[in-house]
Amino acid sequence: MSASPRIIVIGGGLAGLSAVIKIAEAGGTVDLFSIVPVKRSHSVCAQGGINAAKDLKGEGDTVYKHFDDTVYGGDFLADQAPVRDMTARAPAIIDLLDRMGVPFNRTHEGLLDFRRFGGTLYQRTAFAGATTGQQLLYALDEQVRRHESAGHVKKYEGWEFLSAVLDSNGVCRGICALDLRSMQTRTFPADAVIVCTGGIGAIFGKSTNSVVCTGSAQSALYQQGAVYANGEFIQVHPTCIPGDDKLRLMSESARGEGGRVWVPRDKNDKRIAKSIPEADRFYFLEEWYPKYGNLVPRDIATRAIHRVVYELGLGIDGQPMVYLDLTHIDRETLNRKLEGILEIYEKFVGDDPRDVPMKIFPGMHYTMGGLWVDFNQHTNIPGVFAAGEADFSIHGANRLGANSLLSCINGGFIAGPQALAYAKSLPAAPGDGGHAAEIQRQNEKNAALLANPGTENPFKLWRELGDTMTKHATIIRYNAGLAEADAKIVELLARYRNVNLSDKSQWANTSFAFARQLENMLHLARVIVQGARLRDESRGAHYKPDFPDRNDPQFLKTTMARYDATVIAPAFSYAEVDTTLIPPRPRKYDATA
Amino acid sequence: MATAPSTIHVEVLRQSTPDAAARTERFAIPYRPNMNITSLLGEIALNPVDVSGKATTPITYDSNCLEEICGSCAMLINGRARMACSTLVDALLKENPDQPIRLAPLSKFPVVRDLAVDRSVLFENLKAVKAWVPIDGTYDLGPGPRQFPQTQEARYPLSNCISCTICMEVCPQFNTATNFVGAATIAQARLFNMDPAGSVLKEDRLRALAGDGGIQECGFAQNCVEACPKQLPLAEAISATGREVLLQQLKDLFVR
Ligand SMILES: Cc1cc2nc3c(=O)[nH]c(=O)nc-3n(C[C@H](O)[C@H](O)[C@H](O)COP(=O)(O)OP(=O)(O)OC[C@H]3O[C@@H](n4cnc5c(N)ncnc54)[C@H](O)[C@@H]3O)c2cc1C
Ligand code: SF4
Ligand code: FES
Repeated sequence: MSASPRIIVIGGGLAGLSAVIKIAEAGGTVDLFSIVPVKRSHSVCAQGGINAAKDLKGEGDTVYKHFDDTVYGGDFLADQAPVRDMTARAPAIIDLLDRMGVPFNRTHEGLLDFRRFGGTLYQRTAFAGATTGQQLLYALDEQVRRHESAGHVKKYEGWEFLSAVLDSNGVCRGICALDLRSMQTRTFPADAVIVCTGGIGAIFGKSTNSVVCTGSAQSALYQQGAVYANGEFIQVHPTCIPGDDKLRLMSESARGEGGRVWVPRDKNDKRIAKSIPEADRFYFLEEWYPKYGNLVPRDIATRAIHRVVYELGLGIDGQPMVYLDLTHIDRETLNRKLEGILEIYEKFVGDDPRDVPMKIFPGMHYTMGGLWVDFNQHTNIPGVFAAGEADFSIHGANRLGANSLLSCINGGFIAGPQALAYAKSLPAAPGDGGHAAEIQRQNEKNAALLANPGTENPFKLWRELGDTMTKHATIIRYNAGLAEADAKIVELLARYRNVNLSDKSQWANTSFAFARQLENMLHLARVIVQGARLRDESRGAHYKPDFPDRNDPQFLKTTMARYDATVIAPAFSYAEVDTTLIPPRPRKYDATA
Repeated sequence: MATAPSTIHVEVLRQSTPDAAARTERFAIPYRPNMNITSLLGEIALNPVDVSGKATTPITYDSNCLEEICGSCAMLINGRARMACSTLVDALLKENPDQPIRLAPLSKFPVVRDLAVDRSVLFENLKAVKAWVPIDGTYDLGPGPRQFPQTQEARYPLSNCISCTICMEVCPQFNTATNFVGAATIAQARLFNMDPAGSVLKEDRLRALAGDGGIQECGFAQNCVEACPKQLPLAEAISATGREVLLQQLKDLFVR
């Protein structure tokens, strides 16, 4: 038992910072590791808002409805008890953020304003302009800075987690990390570790995610024995701005504030958008889904756009693009509520979306899958906890908009105290806790990579990975394509062994760090495509035209992937889902719903 | 518009370690429409060969969001401090059709390597001015105080600061002689002084901004206002805070 437990938190997005705050507040001390300065974490990108059923609009919204929308939106794949608890805590979380000084938009009476997001009929989303994630991240960052000044938190920014240090019983005793400046690898002792390393967008090449969202940490843990759950559930966001280097998100809040999605009814219609009369416009979401209209859940909207473009051939100018139109809303309202995101469009495309309908297309956005955790955010490796986008909980087969920021904070708030409680009753480590062996393993890996005499450029391999994943493992999936993608990844893993770093220096060597991440991305990519290959049904974001229906008897199960080192491949099993609170029912958003 | 070139010429000021000498490397990159500076740097990583065909290393620089919200990628582009991810190649070519694009690290911060610099001084400054709301705890204490939309609308623009440090880079007073904290820190002090609960630390913040290196070092050159990629109302924040710092100093004089 340790008198004053040492906790390490990896990742300083909303989840990581939330965990840190809870531990510091309870009197614990934390070492916080992050690749980027925590204030630059990916959470800063979130635009639209955060959900809580506070019912300040007199609509009769309730926590139960938020719970039900989340479970139903996730196509019943989420364990229900944690969702119930999260939605119940949501109003208090919003109040806390408000007290921390988040500049949430206000009503005339000075109360919090709420907007409507996808997959619900209620105005349940609190927001701070169109930069909600930035504002929330900063509020938590400021609280952590306060605890840092008081000596409760030590930050290791510019350090990358490489692996867990496991003792001879497989219990976590610390981490191994790489200093991205000096390129030194070191181990750090800890009684518990909380992994909050966010999304995995880089596996798909271009996505809405930030550059460091590679899933490398999750993959390293999976290769050390952690179960990776529901990896095949990847959310493709319906409205992104296609770009040369990334797919920039156009937030769902654009539709929440009245944005309408349409294409010209006639594919040969060459008129400029604004001159096309209403009668000649096909508002396909409103026609196909009259009840939810433009605010159907993301998987539904994404497939609808895909169908309009590829089956009906109605993409604008024959291109994979549809209009997202805000031009009917007055400028003042747009500026007050959506300025941040409209600026992104203006800046990167050059058109003013207040005057010209935006051109958008779906893009990879979010992973519902992640490290398997129990209801206390504990992974199957004793002493390793996980929270935020990096864990698999809450969102099932499809995440509702504005539920992620909530689940990140909620997950961090649970993981922090749970890790502390676990650490307090942890018996002493046998021997050195595995530190010497782990540092040796990592140093050997590093040396081999630097000395590798091969010919492959890691950035090129990455591009090929992204292309194959986007083609076969996003909106529409076929078993033949998934098998092709898996074969491609095996080929890339073989070529990776022949990788050659053009930079062999030992100072701030970004190619070196990237090459290490790439190997981990490849292993996790196999979990995604094989998991998808095996799931012969359609559920939430996972859609197979050859198996268009949900198949509860066979697949109302959590996919559990374990790394099998003997064959360098994932091994799959399936676990029961907690559906004790809301019995599964068919999920429909069309006219019959 | 003139026809697009087939090649983009880029000159990068590189430095392999903090103490190494800087040198310029030249690159020729195939033109594509709609590139930004970060995608140019990505092309170099894909094929790290200079204009003469000599092999070199990918360029080290900071980036994360690629949508001008994380504040990572500030650098000097054609001599001007701006964000690499939101600086579009087509626009630069239009400004300076026959010139190469010149990239260099920010000049007022220690170089880590190539275009990456150490800007941790800003985060230290934020500690000094206690840029936070000292909440009692994270347990449920109900909603915060009511706030009229006007208060939110005044605070929100200040809360958009992405800590890019461009305001500090372009400020003539931000140098080792003055140790000036810079506009961003003053704006954050103001943000928390305007928060109903955050204002409890207002006096501490104003005192932290008094004296050497504090707000008095500002020479009102207003370069920061011009250069801030997030259009923070910095002139306003500095003059309002400046007045309050003076008042606080007077008050402290009489009380002591
Ligand atoms: C453009 C965009 C808009 C969005 N808008 C919304 C919205 O409006 N509402 C909503 O609810 N959700 C939204 N989301 C989703 C949401 O933003 C993310 O799911 C959430 O921010 C993830 O937070 P996190 O704390 O899990 O991880 P992140 O914020 O991604 O943080 C990860 C942290 O881990 C660190 N890290 C990663 N790997 C390592 C490693 N190996 N070693 C050390 N450190 C590491 C990083 O440095 C970073 O600090 C949006 C997502 C995107 C892409
Ligand atoms: S005030 Fe503007 S220029 Fe200065 S750090 Fe903030 S965003 Fe950058
Ligand atoms: S990469 Fe985030 S601001 Fe440029």
